[in-house]
Amino acid sequence: MLSTPALVLAIVLFGLGLIGLLSRRNILYMLLSLEIMLNAAALAFIAGGARWGQADGEVMFLFILTLAAAEVSVALGIVLQLSHRFRTVDADALCELRG
Amino acid sequence: MLKLLWLIPVLPLTGFLVLALCGDRLSRRQIAWVGCGSVGAAAVTTALVAADFFRTFPDREFYQQTLWNWINTSGMTVGISWYLDALSLLMVAVITGIGFLIHLYSAEYMAHDDGYARFFAYMNLFVAAMLTLVLADNLLLLYLGWEGVGLCSYLLIGFWYREPEYGTAAQKAFIVTRIGDTALAIGLFILFTQFTNLSIQQVQNLAVEAWPVGSNLAMIVALLFLIGAVGKSAQLPLQVWLPDAMAGPTPVSALIHAATMVTAGVYLIARMHHLFALAPMVQEVIAVLGLVTLLLAASSALVQQDIKRVLAYSTMSQIGYMFLALGVGAWSAAMFHFLTHSCFKALLFLAAGSVIHSLHHEQNIFKMGGLRRHLPWTFWTFLIGAAAMSGVPLITSGFYSKDWILWSVWSSPISHRWIWFGAVFGALLTGLYSFRLIFRVFFGEARTQPAHEPGLAMRVPLVILAFLALTVGFLEMPHTLGNVTLFSDYLSHALPTTELLTGIDESSEAREQLAVTVAALLGIGLAAFLFLPGSLFEARRSGQSTDHPSVTLLQGGWGFDRLYDRVFVRPWLSLTRNSHDRLDRGFDWLAACAESCHGWMSHTQTGHVRWYAATVAVGTLVLLGLFAM
Amino acid sequence: MTLWLLILIPILAAPFAWMGQQWSRHTPPLIAIGALSVDVLLALFLWNQGPSVQISGHGFWLVESHVSWIPRWGISLHLGLDGLSLILILLTAFIGVVATIASWTDIQSRVGLFHCNVLLALGGVIGVFLAIDLFLFFFFWEVMLVPMYLLIIIWGHAQRRHASFKFFLFTQAGSLVLLVAIVTLAFLHQEATGRLSFDYADLMELTLSSEMARWLMLAFLIGFLVKLPAPPFHTWLPDTYAEAPTGATIILAGILAKTGAYGLLRFTIPLFSEAMSELAPIAMGLGVVGILYAALLACAQTDIKRLVAYSSISHMGFILLGAFAGTELAMQGVVMQMVAHGLSTGGLFLLAGALEERYHTREMGHMGGLWSVMPRLATMTLFFACASLGLPGLANFIGEFLVLFGSYATQPIMVILASLGMVMAAIYSLGMMQRTFFGPVRDSRMTPDLSNMAFGTVLVIAVLQIWLGLYPKAILTTTKPVMEQLVQAAVASANPIHSRAESLLSSRSVTSQGTIP
Repeated sequence: MLSTPALVLAIVLFGLGLIGLLSRRNILYMLLSLEIMLNAAALAFIAGGARWGQADGEVMFLFILTLAAAEVSVALGIVLQLSHRFRTVDADALCELRG
Repeated sequence: MLKLLWLIPVLPLTGFLVLALCGDRLSRRQIAWVGCGSVGAAAVTTALVAADFFRTFPDREFYQQTLWNWINTSGMTVGISWYLDALSLLMVAVITGIGFLIHLYSAEYMAHDDGYARFFAYMNLFVAAMLTLVLADNLLLLYLGWEGVGLCSYLLIGFWYREPEYGTAAQKAFIVTRIGDTALAIGLFILFTQFTNLSIQQVQNLAVEAWPVGSNLAMIVALLFLIGAVGKSAQLPLQVWLPDAMAGPTPVSALIHAATMVTAGVYLIARMHHLFALAPMVQEVIAVLGLVTLLLAASSALVQQDIKRVLAYSTMSQIGYMFLALGVGAWSAAMFHFLTHSCFKALLFLAAGSVIHSLHHEQNIFKMGGLRRHLPWTFWTFLIGAAAMSGVPLITSGFYSKDWILWSVWSSPISHRWIWFGAVFGALLTGLYSFRLIFRVFFGEARTQPAHEPGLAMRVPLVILAFLALTVGFLEMPHTLGNVTLFSDYLSHALPTTELLTGIDESSEAREQLAVTVAALLGIGLAAFLFLPGSLFEARRSGQSTDHPSVTLLQGGWGFDRLYDRVFVRPWLSLTRNSHDRLDRGFDWLAACAESCHGWMSHTQTGHVRWYAATVAVGTLVLLGLFAM
Repeated sequence: MTLWLLILIPILAAPFAWMGQQWSRHTPPLIAIGALSVDVLLALFLWNQGPSVQISGHGFWLVESHVSWIPRWGISLHLGLDGLSLILILLTAFIGVVATIASWTDIQSRVGLFHCNVLLALGGVIGVFLAIDLFLFFFFWEVMLVPMYLLIIIWGHAQRRHASFKFFLFTQAGSLVLLVAIVTLAFLHQEATGRLSFDYADLMELTLSSEMARWLMLAFLIGFLVKLPAPPFHTWLPDTYAEAPTGATIILAGILAKTGAYGLLRFTIPLFSEAMSELAPIAMGLGVVGILYAALLACAQTDIKRLVAYSSISHMGFILLGAFAGTELAMQGVVMQMVAHGLSTGGLFLLAGALEERYHTREMGHMGGLWSVMPRLATMTLFFACASLGLPGLANFIGEFLVLFGSYATQPIMVILASLGMVMAAIYSLGMMQRTFFGPVRDSRMTPDLSNMAFGTVLVIAVLQIWLGLYPKAILTTTKPVMEQLVQAAVASANPIHSRAESLLSSRSVTSQGTIP
């Protein structure tokens, strides 16, 4: 069926995104990786919707799209503040919440 | 007039309230009027009530008055109610009468003290509590008075509160008597559990019905009551507080620690005589305790240096006589000795107070001397008191009461001959220590220059009490001397007559009396020989010091203080030295555990976002794996 | 509706007290006193009405109010008032006024918030005394806790963090155990009847297996013992009482401790009378241990507030002893002791707080000879020291002695041991007087005596003490029916064949034989 390659693609994309998130130290790149993971999940929804012939998949995709947009706007704001205050975008340098 | 009975304790209580609430706004004269007036009014009321009592009840049964129901719930019915019979009337008369004289005396004695209002407030409260004690119809109300007098005793011993030793003495008095009170309370619990009743008369009637003579429960209750009485009356083994209690002002010692409060134990035992009659073993214990106390205290009184401590030990010794009488079942004799003792002992204390007053609070008898010429009033009254205490025959009241006790001991079926010998030896010691005091204080050369004789307010009570100390004894005279039985007739309804051994005739009574007389006179003579300045022995001995170990032992009251210090006080103090709550350790340990656990867990919280992301990913994988399986 | 008014008046007055701060420093306390006085009057009105109020529902509530809340879980807003709760509500409102007056000068910052919290806590306490739906009861049980925590952590003394955490953790742990037991009870009811119910009357009908009853009773016991407190759960109390501001200490000692006692009487004993015979000796033993152990520690204290705190634990031991004695007399003594202890410790803490405010220390070693400096304070402390050592004629004596008289029939040895507490009470009470007011003057600063207002308050408490000491009927007749019912229920379930009178008689004759050694 058509959905299997699409799901495989989604898994690969998600894996790439996760690896990027874990390996990158720059917050911007981490955000990028996060976006990839989100879109992988969205792709899986589309595939699912196509498989069952339901509109729910597309609905969820639209939700994720808006969520991603909102998330990015907030996250970029935080990144701006971080670079402004701490003069760095290195995620490992920002560990004030250490227990 | 009998209806006014409730006024007798209420009047001093009113005096207390007035003085406590607005004492600082009254002038000294007003305070004295309120303080003495309330007790005086109580004495007048007592006279009216007594007259009416004799008229209404020619046989002197009893009169009861209930003010209101104190506790009335779940099977317990206890009223605020008074019970007046010959015994309680006697007590009330002594408390209000002698109490009034002592109040009058204090008005002058305490005149320059800062706490004038406080003093009279406490004294009035004491009189009210003591009257409650003796008029109580039930044991719970009696207990109220019992604790109330204990509190007042505490407050008055520690009256001069700036001296820490006085405070210690006051606490000691309260705590030691409290031990006795607790025993008394346990006795009440047992009685109530058995009979669901606390009325003194009914409980005893029920006990007589329910318990055979010598039954265990009767023994236990009687013993508990005895411990209570022993604590209050400063008998062995709870006698240690009384000598220290002399820290209070002298009128307090006269009223509380001689005439009234310390005899509360005697009253309690006499009041509960039906119960004690059920426990002959306990009665024997009372007699032996009385004898031992009277001998120990009399020997200690021989070597004291403080005039008030001599009198304190003599009080213990005289109450020992009363206990002895109670122990052999001579109830009326005990009460008679109570009556004469409260007259002559109050007199002795007040006279001693007048000596102390004029010597600017000097209490050491070795610094006194030669006061006979300077203080004639005090000397003569003190002499009468001492003569009455040592039982100078025929003319003093002490002779008649002590003789009655000793005769009862001699002829009682539940006594032993050696008890009588001990008591007679005690009479000898009494003469010895009383006149040692006289010779030390009033004879020889003056060592401290006295101020003037006391004023009228102090002299009048002295003279009245001296008169009483001489004449009260004529109320009851033995067969051999006139055979007057006014006192025993008076008490005949309240207290049973003493059982005597059959077959004892008058000649043996006369011989017994002769022995007592000789013992008392021998004591006085010995005192003259040993202590009269100018006598042979006194001159030879005067150079020697008095720190022989046996003397120190006697001065310390046979070392009971040190013994209790070792056995009770120090272990207690070491127990209370550590103010930490040991149980708290367990919870501290729990808290420490939780803290170390969370310290260990918090290592996982690195603050690195990527570490968190990785753990989330791994965690998800593990969970998915678990689901897949 | 009247019952809801009793709860809501303080709770609704709370925000006004907070806002009142902006007008004047004295507005919040005045609002608090006003609200509590209305409560006192309302309760007095109900007391006066007592017998004439329609007896409704299950027959033993003087006033009852029942509104459905969450029907599918069997939870309802069910309030009921009987003699016991009436007396305790009166005490609560009165002690609340005392606490407010005690904080008049003591609290300087955020006066509004302080009184807001006081009112909220008191509203919760009144709710606890009225709720007869166990869920609602638990709700109020928690409501009173949070404001108390805030009172300690914001206005407390130097060690307030430690004290408030300890207080919160202990009480919260106790509440948790209680909650588990309550929910279990509700589920057991569902098992038996097919319907969840938290209602007191429903749960009373429930018969439990003895195993279950034992565990649930233990849980209830622990929940309430923490609040009472009794050893070994008492260790939060000295820290908390010493560190809390005076007003909060008065509320804690005078009222909150009583909620534990109330829980024992209202819930623990009647709900699990099946397990009573097994657990009663343990509980009474804990009571005796509490009396003696706390008295011993009280003797060891040098800090005046800690001394009073330990003496307070010691007095609560009598409550535990009497509550489980199983005789009506002892139960009546418990009620009396609750009221008397509320009054006496309320007074003592007010006076200790006044001392602390003047000398900025609680160490008795730094005081001494204060009688001449502050005669009013000294006299009143003497009075309350006497009350706490159980002087006859004052209310504490009635409480303690009724408990001892009532318990002697069942546990003579324990009563004898508990009586030793009276000697120890004399030692620590007189020791406190000696170290603070008698002896030589240590601190020669001139300090003002008790203010007229505080003196008046303490005098009123003293008069109440004397009144209840000489005329305890006022309280005892009000609570008599409640206690009768309690004992009846306990005896009936423990011994279903005999009637109450017979079994009481037989138990008495048995013990009278048993005590003959």
